[in-house]
Amino acid sequence: MRASPQLRLKTAIAPDNSEGVPVDALLPRARSAAREKIAKWSVRLSVLAMFFVAWQIYAGHVNTILLVSPSAIASEFGHMVSDGELGAALVESLSVLAAGFGIALITAVPLGLVWARYKVVDWAIQPFVSAIFSTPLIALVPLYVLWLGFGFLAKMAIVGSFAFFPLLLNTYQGAISVDPAFRDVARAFHATEGQTWRHVVLPSCVPFIAAGINISIGHALTGLIISEFYTNAAGLGGIVLQSSDTFRTARMFVPIIVIMGLGITLMAATRWLKRVLAPWAER
Amino acid sequence: MRPAEAPYETKPATAPTPTAGVAVTCERVHKRFGGETVLDNVSFNLGQGSFTSLVGPSGCGKTTLLRIIAGLETPDHGRISLTGPPGSRASESAGRQSLAVVFQQANLFPWKSVWRNVAFGLELAKVDPATIERSVANALALVGLTGTEKKRPYQLSGGMQQRVGIARALAPDPSVLLMDEPFASVDAQTREELHDELLAIWERTKKSVLFVTHSIDEAIVLSDEIAVMGVHPGRILERFAVEMPRPRTEETTRLHPQFAELRHSIRELLVRDALDAPAVAAR
Ligand SMILES: Nc1ncnc2c1ncn2[C@@H]1O[C@H](COP(=O)(O)OP(=O)(O)O)[C@@H](O)[C@H]1O
Ligand SMILES: [Mg+2]
Repeated sequence: MRASPQLRLKTAIAPDNSEGVPVDALLPRARSAAREKIAKWSVRLSVLAMFFVAWQIYAGHVNTILLVSPSAIASEFGHMVSDGELGAALVESLSVLAAGFGIALITAVPLGLVWARYKVVDWAIQPFVSAIFSTPLIALVPLYVLWLGFGFLAKMAIVGSFAFFPLLLNTYQGAISVDPAFRDVARAFHATEGQTWRHVVLPSCVPFIAAGINISIGHALTGLIISEFYTNAAGLGGIVLQSSDTFRTARMFVPIIVIMGLGITLMAATRWLKRVLAPWAER
Repeated sequence: MRPAEAPYETKPATAPTPTAGVAVTCERVHKRFGGETVLDNVSFNLGQGSFTSLVGPSGCGKTTLLRIIAGLETPDHGRISLTGPPGSRASESAGRQSLAVVFQQANLFPWKSVWRNVAFGLELAKVDPATIERSVANALALVGLTGTEKKRPYQLSGGMQQRVGIARALAPDPSVLLMDEPFASVDAQTREELHDELLAIWERTKKSVLFVTHSIDEAIVLSDEIAVMGVHPGRILERFAVEMPRPRTEETTRLHPQFAELRHSIRELLVRDALDAPAVAAR
């Protein structure tokens, strides 16, 4: 529910439900907001440009093993794209990410709901959840390798465990924090338990699950790179590792930049997903 | 039934006017929260086809009584019986089915469109789609919201949301409508409009309505009968018949000589009760 300045002003003029004409374009507040946006982006872009220029100049004065210039990275990027190496690594990494994240999603969400519904499940899994939640998951990575080998399966499991907990906890939180007023409405209309879940509890969980997805994507990316470091050194993480072992610093930066881009894109996509699935939960 | 002419006496009615039977009966309903007695052996009935208001100061137990009638709260002892409309030998549970509640906050589901919110009770009752379509259209027409079907609740003003709440309650065609301060959180001008609309809706549907409010004026404008509740402990002090001619509007009612007279009697009664309340309870 958005309490924008325009809305407040509109109700002040016509304190009723009368159809107000959106007047934001005419408001001084709105005009200054647009100006502020322009200012914000000018500052951002110029600082970014200054950063790259400084980097470029500084990189000319140090050993290319320690730091390479942005232009050297860009040219390496071009090579790796044209010989198909980067594309192949991206596909490799994305498939691990998708499989691991997918498994986390289809297990964590139902488990979160069952956990919220049944007290006995709550009693049973509380100790496990607190134990695993307070353990740095990276400590378990060698165990996965021991059990599942150095291939796809182990990497998928690592990504899955990194993604699992934010989804589980958010789903559980969503299901236990349904507005009691909505439960009253369901009861007043004689909803069965199944109907209450379908019409009230599950929709209430959607913004929580969407937020869980957002957090869990970040964790999954961390899990992905760790899994590639500790297994067969394939994918984007693999290129980072190999290049650093062979002191090819420009080559090392390329997948790092791709991973950054991937993170930014996936975060933006999940924020968009939340806006689409749960527009009412936007402030 | 009602004398259309003067004299406009305020008649404390000891028993409900047994015009067309009784829709809801509460017998010696008792409710404690913690150590505090909120409802002290309240006996009360709502006449069939009557618009009855329950007036009393904040915290006297109006909401609690309404929630007990709606089945959202269980009394410590006492009995609620619901009688179906005349002719239908409705069972207790069928009686419950014919209750509908309008809450103080509209409590509309933000994940459903206006249409789906209004259809909620009918969809739960597995009514056939054609009937749902017709009933929703009728209910929306009754509250003057035809055309807003596809909107989401958060896109509507407070007054419009409350209208949707009323439409949602009316759509399954209940015989009894329970309304808990439905207009307490809209602005004064909208409230007056909603009073006139509710009066018109009542003329057309002739439901048995229990209307909870802390506003004496609102109770007089809308009701056939007013039950005045005292506080500490919550109990019914006295009942008044409102014998102003219908159809009414907010304005015609306020100009009527009985208005000031009734208002004075009820206010005096409430002031006397507040002064009589034991000092411990007043705190
Ligand atoms: N669920 C509850 N738990 C504890 N106390 C409650 C609860 N509901 C209501 N009360 C108390 O009961 C009294 C009556 O409340 P309520 O029925 O809401 O009054 P009203 O609607 O007349 O303002 C108040 O003192 C309130 O604090
Ligand atoms: Mg109340």
